[in-house]
Amino acid sequence: MIAFLIKRLMHAVLVMFVISIISFAIQDNLGDPLREMTGQAVSEAQREVMRDEMGLNDPFITQYLRFAGNALQGDLGTSYFYKQPATEVILRHLPATLELVMASSLIIILLSAPIGVFAAIRPRNWLSRLFMGTSIIGISVPVFLTAILLIQVFAIGVTVDWFPSDTQWGSILNGMLSTDGGMPSYGRGELTHVAGSWSSGFFTADGLWHLVLPAISLASIMLPLFIRLIRAEMMEVLQSDYIKFARAKGLGLGRIYFLHALKNTMLPVITVGGVQIGTMVAYTILTETVFQWPGMGLMFLEAITRSDIPLIVAYLMMVGVIFVVTNTLVDLIYGLVNPTVKLAGKPA
Amino acid sequence: MALLEVNNLDVRFAMRGGEVCALRDVSFSLERGERLGIVGESGAGKSVAAFTILNLIAKPGYIAGGEIKFDGTVLNTMKPKALQSIRGNRISMIFQDPMMTLNPVLTIGAQMIECLKAHRRISTKDARAIALHKLNQVFIPSPEKRLDQYPHELSGGMRQRIIIAIALLLDPDIIVADEPTTALDVTIQAEIMELLLLLCEKHNVGLILITHDLGVVSQVTQRTLVMYAGRVIEQGPTREIINDAQHPYTQGLINALPQMATPGSRLNQIRGSMPTLTKIPAGCAFNPRCDFASDICLQEVPNFVGSGNCKVACHMVDAMVKGQPWTPILTDKPVTKTVPLPEVNA
Repeated sequence: MIAFLIKRLMHAVLVMFVISIISFAIQDNLGDPLREMTGQAVSEAQREVMRDEMGLNDPFITQYLRFAGNALQGDLGTSYFYKQPATEVILRHLPATLELVMASSLIIILLSAPIGVFAAIRPRNWLSRLFMGTSIIGISVPVFLTAILLIQVFAIGVTVDWFPSDTQWGSILNGMLSTDGGMPSYGRGELTHVAGSWSSGFFTADGLWHLVLPAISLASIMLPLFIRLIRAEMMEVLQSDYIKFARAKGLGLGRIYFLHALKNTMLPVITVGGVQIGTMVAYTILTETVFQWPGMGLMFLEAITRSDIPLIVAYLMMVGVIFVVTNTLVDLIYGLVNPTVKLAGKPA
Repeated sequence: MALLEVNNLDVRFAMRGGEVCALRDVSFSLERGERLGIVGESGAGKSVAAFTILNLIAKPGYIAGGEIKFDGTVLNTMKPKALQSIRGNRISMIFQDPMMTLNPVLTIGAQMIECLKAHRRISTKDARAIALHKLNQVFIPSPEKRLDQYPHELSGGMRQRIIIAIALLLDPDIIVADEPTTALDVTIQAEIMELLLLLCEKHNVGLILITHDLGVVSQVTQRTLVMYAGRVIEQGPTREIINDAQHPYTQGLINALPQMATPGSRLNQIRGSMPTLTKIPAGCAFNPRCDFASDICLQEVPNFVGSGNCKVACHMVDAMVKGQPWTPILTDKPVTKTVPLPEVNA
């Protein structure tokens, strides 16, 4: 176990090193931070002085080594825009993103397992076909479009007048298809302070209410993917001999489906799931922008438009950390679920 | 009345191109404690017959006719819940490949205890004790340790022993073993077969042994059923079938045993291969491969005729019993051979 974690830590260091080089290398192409920081009134000579002071004229290697040395001490530089340490800015935005990802993951886990299992057990049921059909749509529609549609329908509201409103059936159909809107689609709502820079929306009704639409739109891509994955895996597992043998032993269908089959189905799903959680952090850029969610994604997008290089680099490093941590956790969980896997260093 | 009676069983698979008959008019019976062998080539319908007894055939397959009677009750019309209480409890199964039969993510103990708990109100502690006892019966070294191990930690032979232990867990009346040694190492095969025979004799358990190994059948079973293309073509006491098979197909199978060949020469074989179920020839299904086929074999499906204690579905044997001449198309020479007369008290 400890050997495994040490191995993982070395992995992480390597990954972070590569990410830092790449993110640091692209900074020259991101525009001039001085233009964002200073007004029109500052002369070119003054700007050059500022550049020298900030070390922007040093060679790449010098800049990188300075950055790396500071990063090792937990200092990722000072955001040009916020005039605060980048780590602090990131950590302030992190909880919003994490809560959004957690809420989406919850939706995905709670829905994909039962739907996927149902679609595998009853592949010819009309409900299964419906789920499979809509999941294709879910995968194909981009997140931002889903988000905009959700806002239009549930936050702004739509009035449908496709049917003649002077007839009874027409007005009923119009009424059924029209929505009132009113769902919050902007910001995080009322927050409670938990600890440090972490304010949570999980503890107030308003905060949870604000989470609904962003979480659904973030889940809209991954959910169909997971439903299809679970269905395909489960159907394969159900063909196996050990399922037939479980039936021959006289076990109940519930136990066969939800213990014997599901446990085997989840093995590949866990592996894919871990990677996808990391990817979801990346998808938050779109969702957070559409919903003005004050998380890391939105912050990253703003940092790019402002050429706020320390913040960009800090964000990329942070995402790298999240990937490494989730993958390590997934490997640990996988080791617990799958008895044929032995983690390095775990006694056999 | 026999413990298990299968009467005129028809099993079909509803495929996209129409229905396929996997079993036609299959009848056999099994007395308490009796051991029956079902032999035939791959695709003869042996495994389908085995799985049908507990109604475990996979989806497009269904029982189209006939009945399966166990201990006075008809199994094939039974409610799923009632059938479930018989599976693993009064009739249990052993599968072909021990590497695939045990669930890889559950411990041996869990897989044994759940089976006991499915059929009896029993505490985990008691169930564990029974499981341990059964593991001892199948001669597994350090059984206490095995209960907490996962299948991948054990060898194939060991796993098949555990599967036999699971099959014996609830002291069933019948064990249906579908080629229990096919996937095993040759050196282990004899061991496992011996163990199965020993335990069946000791506990007076009926055994339906599906195999294509006539050697195993002759050592283990008392009666034998020979199947070809979904039909039973010969059945009777194993000793009579092995020593004096009447059906040309059964004769071919026995002649194909390595022991029957002259040393140094090629092994005997039946020419051609089993027809696929969608292309079963008219008349006797074996006629394209039969050296003795005559005109009638191409037209009519043979009925069973008595021969000694056996029943044989062959037109030639029918003709012999009736003392009629028989001229195969292939050789165009009349065949004379003696067929034992049906025993009156058979």
